[in-house]
Amino acid sequence: MVTIRLDGVSARIGRRDVLHDISGLIAPGRLVGIIGPNGAGKSTLMRSILGLVPLSGGAITFDDRPIRQLSTRQIAQTIAYLPQGHMLHWPLSVTRLVTLGRLPHLGPLARPGARDMAAVKAAMHRADIGHLADRAATELSGGERARVMLARALAAEAPALAVDEPLASLDPGHQIDVMELLAAEARSGALVLAVLHDLTMAARYCDRLLLLDKGRLVADGSVNDVLREDRLRAVYGVTSHIDLTSQRPLVVPTARWTEGR
Amino acid sequence: MKPAARHPLLLPLLLFGLFGATLASLALGPVALSPERLWSAVLGHGDPVATTILWELRLPRTLVGLIVGAMLGLAGAVLQGYLRNPLAEPSVLGTSNAAALGAVAALYFGIAQWHVAMLPLLAIACALAAMLLLFAIAGRSESGLTLILAGIAVSTLAGAGISLALNLSPNPFAAMEIMNWLLGSIENRSTQHLWIALPGILIGGALLLVDGRALDALALGEDGARSLGVDLGRLRLRIIFSLAVGVGSAVAVSGAIGFVGLIVPHIVRPLTDRSPSAILLPSLLGGAVLLTLADIAVRLAQTGTELKLGVVTAFLGVPVFLLHLFRERRLW
Repeated sequence: MVTIRLDGVSARIGRRDVLHDISGLIAPGRLVGIIGPNGAGKSTLMRSILGLVPLSGGAITFDDRPIRQLSTRQIAQTIAYLPQGHMLHWPLSVTRLVTLGRLPHLGPLARPGARDMAAVKAAMHRADIGHLADRAATELSGGERARVMLARALAAEAPALAVDEPLASLDPGHQIDVMELLAAEARSGALVLAVLHDLTMAARYCDRLLLLDKGRLVADGSVNDVLREDRLRAVYGVTSHIDLTSQRPLVVPTARWTEGR
Repeated sequence: MKPAARHPLLLPLLLFGLFGATLASLALGPVALSPERLWSAVLGHGDPVATTILWELRLPRTLVGLIVGAMLGLAGAVLQGYLRNPLAEPSVLGTSNAAALGAVAALYFGIAQWHVAMLPLLAIACALAAMLLLFAIAGRSESGLTLILAGIAVSTLAGAGISLALNLSPNPFAAMEIMNWLLGSIENRSTQHLWIALPGILIGGALLLVDGRALDALALGEDGARSLGVDLGRLRLRIIFSLAVGVGSAVAVSGAIGFVGLIVPHIVRPLTDRSPSAILLPSLLGGAVLLTLADIAVRLAQTGTELKLGVVTAFLGVPVFLLHLFRERRLW
């Protein structure tokens, strides 16, 4: 179990300020969605939590230990990361690729042991890719590859999981599978952070939403608090229909919203 | 169940090839030694001709070929993994030519006479400078193309430097020498050459062999590798240093031999799980075998002047390389 605290986090890439003064406490056991329009700083926020982006201000702590004092290996053992884009440079087999997720736990020359292979097998089972085990990961469909990469992150069995756009290129069935899986991870005590674009999926599965706009955290709270018509109009520039008849809101963006119309 | 990283026969096959190539390299040449003559020369009671040929000509030359080939094969495997680029190898990126420039400068301006270590040290220094220049030009881009283009620039510059240095030196055989350094040769290498190259190759090679884990992680890109706990800054420094030391030492005694580092990883990769770590050791062994076979071909070819090693490695390697390229390209 790990708790992540953001304390006035700011970051810049080149000369551009990408994150402004973001604070919040992210507790284990909940699925936290990060939403916001393109370029809002969602991925940068996630990358800064992983120590991949130097902060220009503020601090990030894991259980009160500043990540600046942690080694890359300690961070890797605490939080597993699924970057967006699912980059893969060599035609590795699916099993071999998922085994890479165990690297944070291996010594410099140690081979993966029975414990590691059990974690790999379990992760492949949870991501429903057992039947792909011997295929070359570069030959898979986009959806298959997305699930293989997710299994790679799950194999780390880290107390925290950060996934950047895990639903991209997945069909509706597999989108639901992945969200169920992330929700189950959270229920089992993990801290789960997910950058999401599909607001209905976010509404349906997340326990809490962080809404970013132009590098600022403009809303932070429960799904019903964050997903409001006026707020979506201000942040995304869209009018939307929000159906509140079921337990969770159903968000359907309807049109581009322009001022004075 | 853990999948095997390599085909179970790959390492035995390579070791067998290494053994066979070494024996052939000791036996074959302008004067062929029969197994009996070779064996009695090994035991020290053969005829004086065979003993001299074995101990003073063939053995040093064979050993130099083995360690240089091993270093080049390993360097190619490491560079391809580190840069995530199947075209990377020390000669493509200019490291070999830069090291050769260092060696040429040491030899033809008399610096090598100061101390026996000056030759490899200058080669290592030039290789190091070339790699730093390369990474400075290519910057932090993940694009392989920038790096290859920068490598070609560095390589061409160093090659021109070699020609210039030899043109300026008062050496009547300058043209011949330029060929030696640019195409590589291990003709007439003595035990002294072995001692010049060995320390750097041992240090560089050992440091490179332990980084397989980090190279595997880089298959997921730089962010992916860092999020798996790889310290990329240190990895880069370690790889630049070990490659410069290893390749610099190898080139100091052999000249810039191309293609070995490019071809060997491609030949062994299909017999592994294709992860960068799995091809390191096979590439080391394969490089030693390939270079030794090429050197045997150089000796046996009936030409007026001895062929250059780089020419033979290209002729031996490129067809194999192309074959594998066609077979593999659907995977890229």
